[in-house]
This record gives sequence, structure tokens and C-alpha cells, in this order.
Amino acid sequence: MSHDTIVIGAGLAGLTAALRLADEGQRVLVVARGVGATHLAPPTIDVLGFADERVESPAEALSGFSAAHPGHPYGRLSPEVVSAGIEWFKARLPALGYQGGLEENLLLPTAVGAAKPSAVVPETMNGGDLRAGGRFVFVGLRLKDFYPAYLAENLTQSGQVEARAIDLDPPPADDGGTLGLARRFEQSSFRDWVARELSRRVGQNERVGFPAVLGRQSAGDVWRELESRLERPVFEVATLPPSVPGIRLFEAMASALRQAGGRLLIGQPVIGAEAGNSRVEGVIVQEAARPKTYRARSFVLASGGLAAGGIRVDSYGKVSEAVFDLPLAGLPEANGRPPFRPTYLDEQPLDRVGVAVDDALRPTDLEGAPRFENLHAAGAALAGAVPWREASGNGLSLATGYAAAGSILEAAR
Amino acid sequence: MTELMRDSLDHCVKCTICETFCPFSQVTPLFPGPKFVGPQGERYRKSGDSPDASVDYCSGCGICTQVCPHDVKIAEINSQARAQLWEERGIPLRNQLIARPSVLGRLGTPVAPLANWTLQARPLRHLSHSLLGIHRDAPMPRFAGRTFQRWARSHRSPSTDRSVVYFHGCGTNYYEPGVGEMVVAVLEHNGYNVIVPRQDCCGLPLQSNGNFPTARKYVRRLVANLAPYARQGLPIVSNSTSCGLMLKREADEILGVEGGFLETVSQATYDLCEFLLLMHERGELRTDLRPLPMTVPYHAPCQQRGHGIGKPALDLLALIPELQVIELDADCCGIAGTYGLKKEKYEISMAVGERLFRGVRDSGADVAACDSETCRWQITHGTGVFSVHPVELLYRSYGLDWPPAAG
Repeated sequence: MSHDTIVIGAGLAGLTAALRLADEGQRVLVVARGVGATHLAPPTIDVLGFADERVESPAEALSGFSAAHPGHPYGRLSPEVVSAGIEWFKARLPALGYQGGLEENLLLPTAVGAAKPSAVVPETMNGGDLRAGGRFVFVGLRLKDFYPAYLAENLTQSGQVEARAIDLDPPPADDGGTLGLARRFEQSSFRDWVARELSRRVGQNERVGFPAVLGRQSAGDVWRELESRLERPVFEVATLPPSVPGIRLFEAMASALRQAGGRLLIGQPVIGAEAGNSRVEGVIVQEAARPKTYRARSFVLASGGLAAGGIRVDSYGKVSEAVFDLPLAGLPEANGRPPFRPTYLDEQPLDRVGVAVDDALRPTDLEGAPRFENLHAAGAALAGAVPWREASGNGLSLATGYAAAGSILEAAR
Repeated sequence: MTELMRDSLDHCVKCTICETFCPFSQVTPLFPGPKFVGPQGERYRKSGDSPDASVDYCSGCGICTQVCPHDVKIAEINSQARAQLWEERGIPLRNQLIARPSVLGRLGTPVAPLANWTLQARPLRHLSHSLLGIHRDAPMPRFAGRTFQRWARSHRSPSTDRSVVYFHGCGTNYYEPGVGEMVVAVLEHNGYNVIVPRQDCCGLPLQSNGNFPTARKYVRRLVANLAPYARQGLPIVSNSTSCGLMLKREADEILGVEGGFLETVSQATYDLCEFLLLMHERGELRTDLRPLPMTVPYHAPCQQRGHGIGKPALDLLALIPELQVIELDADCCGIAGTYGLKKEKYEISMAVGERLFRGVRDSGADVAACDSETCRWQITHGTGVFSVHPVELLYRSYGLDWPPAAG
């Protein structure tokens, strides 16, 4: 079966490109080795949180940031495209109720009580904006790796807000992890118990933060119910993996894609490509008994960076792109030194490795010419960004996935 | 190969993506999740030293392996651990019994009315519930009273220049010979001479129940039966997704079977819908399809997704005029072959299936489509909605049921 576009990778970048194309009537296939980082990371759309300093308005900071960081993917996108991507995303997934925009970053508490800038957040997390100041209370549910007293003390020490913790002791359950708690919040008896315990203990003007486990399928309803029963703003704080709100994002996008006629093929690695000099003709997927070539008119490489295996490092330190063996940018000079620095949190020599792209997000060769006229790239496979320092990960994935689809639509016109 | 499976666990970064998808650990604490019993538990397993019996509550659906972003063979590791567990403890009679569909089939077929009565009669179901441990409400198929093999021996497939080998599996042979006849009719309608070799069980139920040595014997025998055709370059098609997957992948990756032309047979094996869609891509599939004005929810079973071929049934059914197909997004029906028949696992199996059942019920349809036989029986059991293999819709749309065959 021939497709209009084949997307490699089922993370936020790949699903965004696929969904936008399927909405425009394209026959789209997403092929992925496995499920991406949506299940691990918070679902907030962080566009740009840190440049030289903390960013208050991505809209104002983006152009200066791009100028100061040549080779950064944002340098390939106009602020209008980044903004259009966000508006499309908010409108396309209404059930998740995403709030915010490029004008100003919210500041959300993390599980360790740091303040993280995010541009667009699900409605269930919106109430955690620390810029409002005031009093916050964080609810513990005996979830491992979520310690509200620690969170609250770190926040209070930062001086921005006044925070305290309430530890609830839920009746014992078999699965006390994030998934188990999310299931329990979907039972009305558990919500009754939580609301009863808390209503006696929360103060008049406190905002109430829960770990992000307020349901998997019906989080919006659970969150609204808790707000109305506690008569206070309620919000979720992202947890360590697995990320329940990230799972909601994946499930909403995968389901929207299916309904738009797109196909998802998860579990099969793309092991290579068939390409001529200037065009990719097909990608080779390893099926159970034999490889199969899937053909399409356009392709999107959204296979992720080093962590996901889209970019690989072998035991000799050789770095390569896994599917098309594309030329890589941001490689450190080979000087015999190991490609890692001893201190984990230092900027690492391989941090910015990835594929360089032109303005249509097509991977380029070292001279800057597009390697294939019908191959586009999006997400963490792109060179030049350090998302975990910039607080830009999902923002980049959304914007480049949206823009790659835009380039494909334009070329098809 | 077994060692390769084990080595893959070094790639596990404990991201827990598999646990977020496992349909079983989400409904029962008895299965603590694929990562926990797999890559984590495996470190403590040496021969004769299973740390934890909970791996028996893994159904082997394989979803964990599919969603793993680091190619860890979680389900395969867990299948091997389950076999080791049962090797240490001895396999109970019930599991030995339900894992031998062809033995049951040969016993039940000649006395089908009696056997079917036995399988449906409430007092006897209560008895086998308590004595054997087969749940009294579990969906048991009915013996057809005739075998597909017997029909095939008296059937003359038209001689053409293209031949295909049909691996029908035990479900078709003993319980649903009518489905096999439809498969043959659709292939013949598309210009194929259909060869039906003698064949026995592929060993999959034995593998699922932890009896690897006997499973290997079965699959080797099946491969020996099919190998002469595969060596001539003939394609082998199967309408049983799980038995086809045994030949394509599991005999090698889980049972560690080597040689005896397994690789040749494996590479010649196609799922029926995969095969028909490949024909369509080459422009060889007949499209003289009559409208079927109806809505059908479609479930791609776990073992079908293990083929890694996408969902060819959706593309095939899209060729049928006026047929509306709803792709269901639930992962698993819960039956997992023989898992849901067991007394201690029936409730789990029904809880897993609930999301799928809801999707089928909400569709309001009278008929659902699904490639795997045990999953069809489970869907019908859970919803009361009649379930068919996609080939049956093609068969009817081609008008091959007209005039209706007697009986």
C-alpha cells in the first residue's frame, strides 16, 4: 500500500506531524521501534525556559535566542510557525484543555520543588503557577519518589510562595505507583475518601497540589470534581516516570490519528531505506518473518536523539544516524579524548549532535544542501539544541513536527 | 537464540513503558508487570532457582515487547521463565490437557454431540471447574463434528499456474471448518490452486503452558510437513494469527528451535490478510466485491500485531463497498489462547477484555471482526456479538456464499 507520508517515530514530534498531515487528508503511516518519551516526561509544552537567564516570555526571547545560537532548530522556524503550532495543538486536543501561549511562561513546581518555566500546560496543571504567589499545599499519597514535605520546603526556601505538605495515608493498595493511583482516582469511593480527608485539613486560601495521578482516562473530570469539592484551585505536579499525564497525551494523539485515518505501526524497527540520489523511495521495516519496504512520497524522521536511539554511538565512539545514515552536525572534533566529560551535569561534547536541516526542515549535507528533497526531520533528532538545559523539549518537538508537516503540505501543493 | 533473548535485557533502562501498556498488570496485582518479572526478575533466575511464581500470570500477549523502545524481548524472556517455573514444579494435568488441541479434537470430533453437551452442561462444567480447574464460565468452542482436513481431502482445487499452501491450524480443523472452506474459496476465486498438506498442532498452546520440550516436537513435525513446499518456493498462508506467528517468529525466538528448514518455512509464511493485501498491492486481487451495507468493529489481536505487518485487514475490508469498519483501540481481549480458560485466571481475563467488549457493544453492530479464533470466541462470550474472521466478509462480498451451500 503506498502512503503519502511515512513518519518514523511515535513521540510528540512524529505524532504531531502525522496528525496534521492526516487531518489534511494524507494517507499517513507512523512506524516506530517502540513508544517514545511521552510516557516518561511531563506533558507540558516547554518552548523556551532558559536562555542566558530564565525566560519570562518566549515570544520576546525566541528571535534573540536563535541569533545567539546558530544551528539551533528554532533558527529554522519563524515565531509565527511556533505560535501556529501551539494554537493548532490546543485546538486539536480539546479534551486535554491545554492553556497558555508564547506570551508568557508559567512557573510550575517540579516534584523536587524547583520552579520550571512552561509555555503551554494541560488544564490539570495550570493551577500550579507559582507566579501567583500565595499559599500552596502539596498532598502526599505515599507515592514513592514524591515527597511533598521536601517539595514544599524547597519551594518555600526559594521565597516565592509559602508551601506546606499534607501526607495522606490511603488504604493499602496493590499498586502504589503512579498507574495504580491513577486507577484509584477513577473510583468515586477513593475520591470521596481524598476529599473527606483533605477538606478538614486544607486552609482557606491554599492551592492544592497532587502528584500527577488524577486518573488516566478521565483526568479532566476527576480534576474538576476535586476543585469543586475542595472549593480551591487544584493542580497536578509532574512525577517521575511513568508519567500519567504524558500517557494521556500519547493516548489522545494516537486516538485522534486513528480517527483521522492514520496508521500506527509500533514495535517494528526501521532498519534502512531505499533511496536514489535525491529522493527517498521507501523505508525498510523489519517484520516478524522478513523485511518489508513501505513506499511514500514524503518522509519525516522523528526517531529521537541519543536517548531514543535515533542517533547512535557505538563502542568505538562513532556517532551515526540510524535509518538514513545522514551526515551529522554538532560532532566534537575527533581528538582522541572520550566523548564524555566526567561531571554528569556539565555540557557534554555530544549534547548538540544531530541532523542539520534547511528552512523546510530537510536534513542537509555538510555544505547545507538538502540531502533528499522529500525527507524532513523533527524533534530530538535535530542538531543544535540542549532541551534539558533550555527547557525546550516538547516545544521543539511540537514546533518542528508541525512545521515539517507544513513543508510537506506546501511541497504537495 | 535463547541467550540472545536474555542478552537483550541489558538494553533495559527501566523506563517502565512496558508496564504502562501491560493489560494484565493493570487489572490484577497477581501479575506485578512485565518489567518486574522480566528484566528485573531475570537477574535472579538460574536453572532450578525461580524467584517468583508470578510470571505464570503473564499471558504472553507480547505487547510489552512491541512497545519497548529499546528492543528488549520482554515477553520472550517471560515465556522462557514460565517454562522454567513449570519444569521445576511439574505441569498440572489441566494445562497438559488444554494445551493439546489436536488430541482433544481427535477425541471430540467423532462424538461431537456428546462432547459439546459435556462442554456446555452446567453440572459438568461445575465438576470440571472444581476437579480440573477449567473455569465454569470460560468460553469453550464447540466441536464441528467434522474436520477441515477431511473436507479438503475430498475437495478438488482447480489446477492453475499458481499454488499456495494452506496452514489452517487446529481451530479451523476441529471447530471452524467452515472458515477454512471460506479461505480456500477466496484464494481459489483469486486464481490460486490451494494445497492443504497434512498437519498437526504447531505447539503454541504447549509453549504457553510451559511445556517447551513437547512444543518443540510439535513445531518440528509441522515444519517437516511444510518444508517441501517452502523449498519449492510456494507461499504458506495461515488464518490463525498465533499459529502463523509460531512459524514466523516464536519457534525461533522463544522455543529456540534450529534447523530442519525452520528458516525457509518461516520466510514463506504469510498471515492470510497480509497475503491478500500483498496481492492487492501487486494488482492481482479481484475486486468484484458486492456492497455489504453494515458496520463492523474490528479488533487486531495481540498475536496478529506480533507479525509486525500493521493491520492489513483494515485495508482489505476498505475495498468492500458500503462496509463501515470501526478500528477498536483496546489492546487485548484477555483470553490469550488458554489463559482465560483457567479457573484462577478467568476473572482477570474478563477484566482485561472489558475495554474491548465495551467498544464492541458501543458500536451497536451485530457482527465483529477479528483474525484470531480464540479471541473471536472471547469477544462473543464477553459481548454476545457474533464474531467473524475478516475473510468471511470478503467471502460474502465476493458472493461466494451464493447459492448458499447446503448445511
